[in-house]
Amino acid sequence: MAEFLMPQLGADMSAGKLLGWRKNVGESVSRGDIIADVETDKADIEIEVFTSGVIERILIQPGEKVPVGTVLAIIRREGEVAKGETPLAPRVAPSEAAPAKPVAPVLPARPSVSAAEPKRVHVSPVARKAAAELGIDLASLVGTGPGGRITLEDVQKAAQAKAAQPAPVPELDRRARMRQAIAAAMARSKREIPHYYLSTAIDMSRVMAWLTQENLKRSVEDRLVYGVLLLKAVALALHDVPELNSLWSAGKAVQLADVHVGAAISLRGGGLVAPALHNTDRQSLDELMKNFRDLVQRARAGSLRSSELSDPTITVTSLGEQGVDAVFGIIYPPQVALVGFGKITERPWSSAGQIVSRHAITATLSGDHRVTDGHRGGLFLAAVDRLLQEPEKL
Amino acid sequence: MTYREAARAAMRKALREDPRVFLMGEDVGGYGGAFAVSLGLLQEFGPERIRDAPLSESAFVGAGIGAALAGMRPIVEIMTVNFSMLAMDQILNNAAALRHMSGGQFNVPLVVRVATGGGRQMAAQHSHSLEGWYAHIPGIKVLTPATAADAYGMLLAALRESDPVFIFEHATLYPLEGEVNEAAPLADITHASVTRQGKDVTLITYGGTLGKTMQAAGRLAEEGIEAEVIDLRSLRPLDSPTILASVARTHRAVVIDEGWRTGSFSAEVSAQIMENAFDDLDAPVARVCSAEVPMPYAKHLETAALPKVEEIVDAARGMISRHG
Repeated sequence: MAEFLMPQLGADMSAGKLLGWRKNVGESVSRGDIIADVETDKADIEIEVFTSGVIERILIQPGEKVPVGTVLAIIRREGEVAKGETPLAPRVAPSEAAPAKPVAPVLPARPSVSAAEPKRVHVSPVARKAAAELGIDLASLVGTGPGGRITLEDVQKAAQAKAAQPAPVPELDRRARMRQAIAAAMARSKREIPHYYLSTAIDMSRVMAWLTQENLKRSVEDRLVYGVLLLKAVALALHDVPELNSLWSAGKAVQLADVHVGAAISLRGGGLVAPALHNTDRQSLDELMKNFRDLVQRARAGSLRSSELSDPTITVTSLGEQGVDAVFGIIYPPQVALVGFGKITERPWSSAGQIVSRHAITATLSGDHRVTDGHRGGLFLAAVDRLLQEPEKL
Repeated sequence: MTYREAARAAMRKALREDPRVFLMGEDVGGYGGAFAVSLGLLQEFGPERIRDAPLSESAFVGAGIGAALAGMRPIVEIMTVNFSMLAMDQILNNAAALRHMSGGQFNVPLVVRVATGGGRQMAAQHSHSLEGWYAHIPGIKVLTPATAADAYGMLLAALRESDPVFIFEHATLYPLEGEVNEAAPLADITHASVTRQGKDVTLITYGGTLGKTMQAAGRLAEEGIEAEVIDLRSLRPLDSPTILASVARTHRAVVIDEGWRTGSFSAEVSAQIMENAFDDLDAPVARVCSAEVPMPYAKHLETAALPKVEEIVDAARGMISRHG
């Protein structure tokens, strides 16, 4: 049996709300199938399954919001025999925010009352009156009076506890929740990650020339944009400095073999996501172009897939279209590096003893100093530069 | 002075100050009264004003009513409340009704002193607490002095009333000492008194059970429960505002009444709290009453039948916490 869990779709996600199941109990699923939809603070995400088999049991129902890591369903792997009906309670994952402390299960707190025989809650008259005045929900109280009756003291204690709590946060809309999620992730990054910043100006004249030539051969819809070359160059440069393609986990960096560049995409109405272009280094420019275009469309339509949000190993952000010269970005944990690009401008360029005008771009690296030093970061930017001087090889 | 002496002192003062006052009842003269309340009064005031009556409650209560109608201020003593049943026709149909039936032409300024209550091994014909029955009757006032001061003050105040007043003296109180200020102004006979202040529960009682109730409040205080004790003093009229104000503070009430539970005066108090203080209550009103049996003679059975301090403590504790 395999557990199908609420995935963590980024460092800023602590819980997700199950929107619905696309498969029912007993249906077959194959690795990569989208079997559920989950609402996160950032977007509604299509959740893929990584086990092939049959859905044995569904533990979480649509509408429930559960922490990351909670078992949503049990999948019987191909070849396994169906088990008898052993009672299996939803196992809720401990909240990631406080891993050391025991975490109260986020289960419905309401006492289970049989619907067939509604039990009358005994409340003293003065307690009932006080509860109405103080705005206390009697159903949420446990009476300590004779026979479990809710007394005035119970209501007053609840009112004191309520007064001690901060006012309930009103349900935020998607945009506000995304802002909160970004705030949490970025604040954590700046708090925990000792950033260093490097920048280098890269001659883009060869890229521009090659791209002009290349696009002449293509139909309008197949034309490449320079951003795709930047993504590919970054992915390949990571082969030179693979430490930057790591995730920080449990106090140390874990270097990854696959390169999944997250492309920062700003959303209409504010906020951003940085979904992964899987195996960026191994995709052709045409594939990258197609996949990037698809990713932007789906990001803005709000239909990203879970793996796209959970898999990025490094982020690339380009603010050239906004006219900025250089980007000094904040690393998205648990990644350990972020690459930024400004706009391509014609600028005076010193070459072979002459000042010439060249198209150039400023590339920056925000590095996690716990993982890499400026020396390695410099080598990485140099590799990006070198790769962009041979666009035909990208 | 004792409760007995206080009642006697009040009668002596009234006899001295008002020639219309006289005492009448069984053995009140030569014997000095069944409970020795009138001891010595015959010698001081003579047989004209301290009159031994024949063994007929109906006759001497009726004579008292007649004398009151004629302008006298009679004090009639009935030996026990059980015997007062023989005079019930005179009380209900004449004393209580004459002002109403005569359209206000006549009034009956009669004071009746009645010994009440158990606890003295006097058995079923001398020991009941029937003052609640009297409190049922419009047209009379029902007083229940629980202290020597009230035994003194209430009698003098009753003699100033223009309608019948019944004073129920719990027989166990007679020997109890208490402070009496003979120079005090006329006693208030329309209000209850808060004998002990507390915030957790109101213990409501009167007459003979005030002492047990105060003991219970002391025991509760040792457990950290602050009981307020109300001495009703007057059953008719009943000082409801004092009861309701206390319940509004404490949210809980126990009514202690030596009468039988069913149809007792405690039932009236409970009903008034329910009617007028429902939204102040944190628990149902509890009652501590006598067992519903004719009062036993055997000491241990009589003790078992009467309200006990422990029962009052349990009732109060039980409505404060289920862990009690």
